Amino acid sequence: MALSTWLAMGGYAIFVWPAYGIAAAALGLLAIGTLRRYRMAQRRLAQMTGERRGEDI
Amino acid sequence: MHRFANPARFMRLSQTVLPWLAAATVVLLALGLVLALVVAPPDYQQGESVRIMFVHVPAAWMAMCAYTSLAAASAAALIWRHPLAEIAAEEAAPLGATFTGLCLVSGSLWGQPMWGTWWAWDARMTSVLVLFFLYLGYMALLHAFDDPTRGRRAAAILALVGFVNVPIIKFSVDWWNTLHQPASVLRMGGPTIDPSILWPLLVMGLAFTLLFATLLIVRMRAALIERKIRVLDAAASGALG
Repeated sequence: MALSTWLAMGGYAIFVWPAYGIAAAALGLLAIGTLRRYRMAQRRLAQMTGERRGEDI
Repeated sequence: MHRFANPARFMRLSQTVLPWLAAATVVLLALGLVLALVVAPPDYQQGESVRIMFVHVPAAWMAMCAYTSLAAASAAALIWRHPLAEIAAEEAAPLGATFTGLCLVSGSLWGQPMWGTWWAWDARMTSVLVLFFLYLGYMALLHAFDDPTRGRRAAAILALVGFVNVPIIKFSVDWWNTLHQPASVLRMGGPTIDPSILWPLLVMGLAFTLLFATLLIVRMRAALIERKIRVLDAAASGALG
């Protein structure tokens, strides 16, 4: 199967690819946003508990 | 259930499970995409446009699955007032809303070439649109009160009342005349879809389920850490003041 035939999706390319593209973009952004929030929270907590340990000494 | 509802235990357990869950999600998504876009044959009537189904149907499944989780967690939060259930409900909502939005958009992109319309007020489409607004309403209500406890209670009650919509979505194709076909996977007497299309669909469905579980767990972990930060912040400012 030639790549161009596959990309043409039997004439439905303008419907099939946006459906997959939008799904990939939405879920990708959701995953990136989730990870970024998680990492930020982890870093902040490490900072705070680090500071507290510093106080203790 | 209560044993696992301890936040400290949840943090420990999820830490072990998370890498495996994330890896399985990536593998299944990759496999599912190859099956959906390359291996699955074009439909004899719908041609290649049928490939939209491998996004549309799993997104619809997750829209309902996430709402069921949201309603169950809301019930647990209302009954036992457990913080972990509250967090699970709050974090499931944006995920479910995203899947519902994807279901609506991909359905529109499939409906135009196959039914000749982007949108129709057919029973299933209308009930899924209602589901989308339930998610938005839940998230809006959550932050609509100055007192977060009241916001959470109001949102949880909305989530529970809105749950009647889930069976309506499932059975809408049997109860009303709709453009949608009757159930073809989860039905008495087994699926009526050809295995060459059913397998890619099930793999994509499982991949979406694992993605939902992975993102939900990461978000719950983030929310628990954020709560701890708020407590430490309050303690610190209390100590200073």
